[in-house]
Amino acid sequence: MSWLRRHVFTTNHRSVGLLYLALVAIAVAIGVVLSLLMRIHLAWPALCFPGWGVMKPEDYLALVTIHGTLMVFFVLTIGPQNAFPSLILPGQIGAKGMAFPALNAVSLWMTALSLFVLLAAFLVPMGAPISGWTSYPPLSAIAAAGPGQALGMDCWLLSLAIFAVGQIFGAINILATIIDTRVKGMTLGRMPLTVWSWLISSTLVLPAFSVLLAALVLLFCDRHLATSFFVPLGDAVAGHVIRYGDGSPLLWLHLFWFFGHPEVYIAILPGMGLASSLFANFSRRPVVGYKLMATMTVAIGLLGFLVWGHHMFVSGMNPYAGTAFGLTTMAIAIPSTIEVLSWMGTLWAGSKRRGGLILKTPMLFALGFLSFFIAGGLTGPILAQPALDIYLHNTFFVVAHFHLIMAMAGAFSLFAGVYYWFPLITGRRMNETLGRFHFWFTLIGAYGTFFPMHLQGLAGKPRHYADLTGPAASLLPNLLPSERGITFSALLLAASQTFFLVNLIWSALRGLKADANPWQATTLEWRPSSEEELKLIRHGPYEYDVAWTESDFIPQWAEGGDQE
Amino acid sequence: MKMQSASPSWLPPNAAAHGFAMDHLMRWNLAVLGLCFLIAHALLFILLLRRSKSSTGSPVPRSWMVQVVPIVLFAAIYLTMAITAERLWASKRFEGAAPQSMQVEVTGRQFQWYFRYPGTDATFGRLDPSLIQPANGNPLGINPADEHGKDDIVASELVLPVGREVDLTLRAQDVIHGLFIPAMRLKQNAVPGQLLHVHFTPVAEGTYPIVCSQVCGLGHARMQARLRVIGAGEFKAWLASKEAAR
Repeated sequence: MSWLRRHVFTTNHRSVGLLYLALVAIAVAIGVVLSLLMRIHLAWPALCFPGWGVMKPEDYLALVTIHGTLMVFFVLTIGPQNAFPSLILPGQIGAKGMAFPALNAVSLWMTALSLFVLLAAFLVPMGAPISGWTSYPPLSAIAAAGPGQALGMDCWLLSLAIFAVGQIFGAINILATIIDTRVKGMTLGRMPLTVWSWLISSTLVLPAFSVLLAALVLLFCDRHLATSFFVPLGDAVAGHVIRYGDGSPLLWLHLFWFFGHPEVYIAILPGMGLASSLFANFSRRPVVGYKLMATMTVAIGLLGFLVWGHHMFVSGMNPYAGTAFGLTTMAIAIPSTIEVLSWMGTLWAGSKRRGGLILKTPMLFALGFLSFFIAGGLTGPILAQPALDIYLHNTFFVVAHFHLIMAMAGAFSLFAGVYYWFPLITGRRMNETLGRFHFWFTLIGAYGTFFPMHLQGLAGKPRHYADLTGPAASLLPNLLPSERGITFSALLLAASQTFFLVNLIWSALRGLKADANPWQATTLEWRPSSEEELKLIRHGPYEYDVAWTESDFIPQWAEGGDQE
Repeated sequence: MKMQSASPSWLPPNAAAHGFAMDHLMRWNLAVLGLCFLIAHALLFILLLRRSKSSTGSPVPRSWMVQVVPIVLFAAIYLTMAITAERLWASKRFEGAAPQSMQVEVTGRQFQWYFRYPGTDATFGRLDPSLIQPANGNPLGINPADEHGKDDIVASELVLPVGREVDLTLRAQDVIHGLFIPAMRLKQNAVPGQLLHVHFTPVAEGTYPIVCSQVCGLGHARMQARLRVIGAGEFKAWLASKEAAR
């Protein structure tokens, strides 16, 4: 009981952070199993699953919907945007805890409840919803439109509404913590880039999730209170004609993507900040253009609110709006490119030091993040152009794009963070050999899974198809071999995570004892707890490669300094 | 069964007038960005493998050449891409179809595409959602009280004469559907409550798949049809046979 009170029912920021990571682990495990079921079905469409039978199209769509919802919200959002800040943020800015510890615990338990409600959708009559994680009405507004669109859809709506409130509480907490509880001397110009990222991503959460919450409420009203925000007059679903109101499905698309696009930056900005810190640390060089990087994070955050229409080029939106959103989207490529160039600059500088870059496991995963950020980012300028996107929209090219830039880049930054901060949490180091195996197998599995999807998409293979039969089968004459190659890679990708699980458990129990600052890092979370209370800091976040000290770095908590 | 020619960019053969420019744009965009991908990764591998004997020179690149030139270069690439693509988009979408283009209405319904030709009076008959009865031969709900509807032809395949511009009017009865004709380099959602237009000119005879590209329910993957592009004379004969069969 006392163990529960200390580690589970607590407002301690580290315990809350670890519980968030536990939610991520549950969600990612289920999400991966769902995706493997889909992949196996795509490669062997006639396969009979024991106890289930051949996968029906509606089953496949339910798997897609819950897989997407789990991964986007419960893995790629709460991992970088809730778990890591709860664990690390107070330490990094010299605060004792989050500004509102109780609110932090409330957000956590709301998120846990929301995960429970989402998964309950599988158990209700007619099962989980089938309209994808974007849930376009009228398919999502009218229960008769498909199996799972009745109670299953209500579960989805309720789950995301709870999740949105939890996110808003979480963001308020992070903002208050960053703005109000920094140790003296931790000026904006001395904040690590992770803190800058959480500042911007939390600023994005407030309007984005508020709009999502509003849209969810409106959709709920359409479903149960006979309003017509999203359903037009005369809509005829399954023989039943709607004879009241006159709403527009396009309104949902605007509201959803006004949330949805900033959401992808909420998911990836913290990873970008972490990559900057790790590249500096393992290159033993300062971040190239620190101020520029902080500015570009702000620029990406601002531009992120002006690009939602690039999800809607084929939606029936005015073609002039297509041009406008195409141009704003191309504009966001510039700050993203500057970030990549700065990372390359830091790595270039580090490679010139004696012994080159330090390729410990957290660094490998940060480099993997960079590789996926480049690979997935470079297809962005193609999809940003309405003239090309109208061919590629909702094909597997898009699936490849967002799995590389969002899912794989996001997952690799989560891995990097776990390997990097593991000694801080447990006092032990993770095993390097297992870490290296984990990295290379995961990298190969990920590219093997998602790279060929570009080619399938160029050939015209649409998303959300349980089977590509009928006239469309002629688009991909060699469909099954390519599906099987992808499925084998996906199985490899999933199996490679065994290295991580074994490493995690073994290292937590038996790993090498870590020093107080095992990576010789500069940021405050690594300050030895034996030192007396921190009153004032005088150093920047990335003072590596400093000539006049015996070690090659000056931690932010060091005495003295010439930075005033 | 015609063998598909192996195209370096995997795109299915194009059969629309506007598609050649789009394919060209797609190929050079893929080539430039693919090259960037390769260069970046070659550079990453060099940095990984580089082992200096001793620390050398200024550790952080500070020269103007290294800091500014790549940014300007990438900005120029993105700007060129944006301008060329926007010009193509504008030429395709900023103006509607020519007045003499052929009119066909496309209706999406779970899980079937219907194609309606206006018949000899060149005018579509009025629709009433409460009259939709696929089992009784009126899947679109054409109102029998409207004279214009009497000669409308409803087909389950899209048949078009080669070389003539067609103006498609898109409707959806129930949920959002996505009309995707890969060979015509064309995709447009059909949205309930909205009438949307797209226009194109098929330039090669043949039979091409039409698919639904917006998830619309359990039958989404089988919501497919065929586009048959035939010669003008053959098209006239097909239309006449359809009129006779009414």
